[in-house]
Amino acid sequence: MKDEIIIAGFGGQGVLSMGKILAYAALENDLEVTWMPSYGPEQRGGTANVTVILSDEEISSPVLDTYDTAVILNQQSLDKFESKVKPGGVLIYDPYGIHHAPTRTDITIVPVDAMEATIEMGQAKSYNMILLGALLKMRPDVPVEAVVRGLKKALPERHHHLIPANEAAIRKGMDLVKQ
Amino acid sequence: MTREEIIRPENKVYSRPRLIDDNYMHYCPGCSHGVVHKLVAEVIDELGLEDKAIGIAPVGCSVFAYNYIDCDWIEAAHGRAPALATAASRLNPQNVVFTYQGDGDLAAIGTAETIHACTRGENIVMILINNGIYGMTGGQMSPCTILGAKTATSPYGRRTDLNGFPLKVSNVVALLDGTCYVTRQAVHTVQAVRKAKAAIKKAFLNAIAKKGTSFVEVVSTCSSGWKMTPEKANKWMEENMFANYPLGDIKDTSAGLEEKTVEVKKS
Amino acid sequence: MKDNVKLMKGNEAIAMAAIRYGCDGYFGYPITPQSEVLETLEAEMPWETTGMVVLQAESELASINMVYGGAATGKAVMTSSSSPGVSLMQEGISYLAASELPALIVNVMRGGPGLGTIHPSQSDYFQATKGGGHGDYHLIVLAPSTVQEMADFVALGFDLAFKYRTPSMILADGVVGQMMEKVVLPEQRPRRTEEEIHLQCPWAVTGKHKGRDKRNIVTSLELDSAIMEKNNERFQRTYREIEKNEVRYEARYIDDAEYLIVAFGSIARICMKAIEDARKEGIKVGIIRPITLWPFPYEAIRKAAANVKGILCVELNAGQMIEDVRLAVSDSVPVTHYGRMGGIVPNPQEILDALRRDFIDKPANAQEETK
Repeated sequence: MKDEIIIAGFGGQGVLSMGKILAYAALENDLEVTWMPSYGPEQRGGTANVTVILSDEEISSPVLDTYDTAVILNQQSLDKFESKVKPGGVLIYDPYGIHHAPTRTDITIVPVDAMEATIEMGQAKSYNMILLGALLKMRPDVPVEAVVRGLKKALPERHHHLIPANEAAIRKGMDLVKQ
Repeated sequence: MTREEIIRPENKVYSRPRLIDDNYMHYCPGCSHGVVHKLVAEVIDELGLEDKAIGIAPVGCSVFAYNYIDCDWIEAAHGRAPALATAASRLNPQNVVFTYQGDGDLAAIGTAETIHACTRGENIVMILINNGIYGMTGGQMSPCTILGAKTATSPYGRRTDLNGFPLKVSNVVALLDGTCYVTRQAVHTVQAVRKAKAAIKKAFLNAIAKKGTSFVEVVSTCSSGWKMTPEKANKWMEENMFANYPLGDIKDTSAGLEEKTVEVKKS
Repeated sequence: MKDNVKLMKGNEAIAMAAIRYGCDGYFGYPITPQSEVLETLEAEMPWETTGMVVLQAESELASINMVYGGAATGKAVMTSSSSPGVSLMQEGISYLAASELPALIVNVMRGGPGLGTIHPSQSDYFQATKGGGHGDYHLIVLAPSTVQEMADFVALGFDLAFKYRTPSMILADGVVGQMMEKVVLPEQRPRRTEEEIHLQCPWAVTGKHKGRDKRNIVTSLELDSAIMEKNNERFQRTYREIEKNEVRYEARYIDDAEYLIVAFGSIARICMKAIEDARKEGIKVGIIRPITLWPFPYEAIRKAAANVKGILCVELNAGQMIEDVRLAVSDSVPVTHYGRMGGIVPNPQEILDALRRDFIDKPANAQEETK
């Protein structure tokens, strides 16, 4: 098993932390994992992306040019990464703010109305967890239970009371993926 | 009295301090370094710090201080003595660490290290020999060169329009909360030497008591660099240097400490 | 999952490994992309547990001179920075080498020259391996390619530094500094006691009377040219010993290789991926990854080169390590370079393309010209 994932959007949308939680979940599930951010001063507003690789074998390069799975949170990232999804791969995106929807036919394209759901749930900070739920639905690389354990590792203890809300958001994201 | 009588031990009235080696000193006649070395050696001995003292030698005329004062030494790069002292002191709190620097070293290339060691309040002694000149490199202008003074790089006298103003670095470090004792001394008279020794001793006691940074400036002569006889240099210092660098304590928040600790050490 | 397997960034692993090594002091200054080293240490508060001193200095110049001061007292001390900061440290590194002091310096490289970019680079290879500061000296230079090696090389770097009384450097880059992966941290070692330091480092400045009657002086100054030459000869003897004993490298797929890639650090991993892809297409490529950049594995590369048609050096720079690779093989085999600069990290496909362009798709006579 190997899943090469790119998560991309604006800084502040929780791109890096979504990747981090996924990475911790992989750790909990005894998988090999790398988490490679595009780091820089783009804390908020600029583009940010993170490459997460989950595998049951040793991982060589943490930097990739094509991906099995893309989670896309803004137009710039869609423009950049749509062509980099491997044929047969999965592209998950939030149509909110997207003016030019993805057009490829050789990959599975999964729109997830995460922003709408966030507003509905009244939990702005759960945005990235909804998308993570969608990712887990499409790519059951790790069970939700491992993600919850991963959250405990990824979050400082003072934020542990938020874990149930995060779990709810993940499950919401899973439900949003239309079969 | 014959020569034989004079050198009898019972007639001895003065000797080199125990912790000054018998290496030939390379300092010029009339230089203040020799006197200040003696005072540092005496203070280390009197406070029983021979096995605890770590000196940080500078770049400049006193680069070879480690050849004369008999304690452990580290030779620093130009200006960096306070950085070395910071680490040596923090990693070895049982030791007493002192720096010994000239004004070119401490107040020009090492200004940042000086300011930050002082503002962190490192428990160290900093000794500044301020003779307003780069002695070892051949008498160039330093930040502390006074206005009008002729040096190799201000051959017509220091001018404010070209070179700015002399840096009163002791007054600067006295503003920092990390310093507990800042004083300006000289060693041109017997009385001044006694005062300077008391100041250096107080600084070492502060370091032992971990009171923060103690900073002792000694306004000094450089007869070679100033191109004067030692006697003339002392006079010129009194008439010109002291006007810019008046002697006396600039800051002392360690008051009362000296008496208490000295008594313990007297035996 | 094993309890001792952690997920962390390379920079965090450096910090955690330093505490567990029993490091006595860290002195550093923030600079991207390595600030997590200092941040992690400040968060871990090792002064409460092992007694390790952690200090944020006023500059890299102060940091390295604090390292110099601390190392002179026989303590295991270190600093970390990134390229522009390491340039500033060259003064102190030269003094450390000249005073024969053990210390560990970490450079998580970013792109230069000048302020350059915060993104990954390997353009400090020359600076790290050929001296860097003034004078004839070398650092032992270790190039980690995984977060695990970031952790492991802290102990290795310190051990080699103390063994040979010379500073060593971990030359990492922004990729391995910033990426997270699994790591098993070493067991906690106690810091050495004062007595152990006196035994191990009889030269250390610890205060005069501790089983010795003469004062210790740590200095790099010697105005007598005859003695200074002797000092230099002693340094060189040490370097020859290190070259003899401490060369480290990783070789993979070289037995049947027709082409050889030489790459270090995180870039070697990207090359591994390219090699995996190439082998699926039947292209036989092997890799030598120098782990010590100084001493450099000249002999290993020379031997591996005997059976290959060409060597591709892949570096995040304009071609620095390639000079050592060429020294290793003389003119026996064509050596070319593929590099990205400015913080761009090549992907595996680019590397495979470069291999095709330089060797596979090139007729044999054209390869001659490449030499």
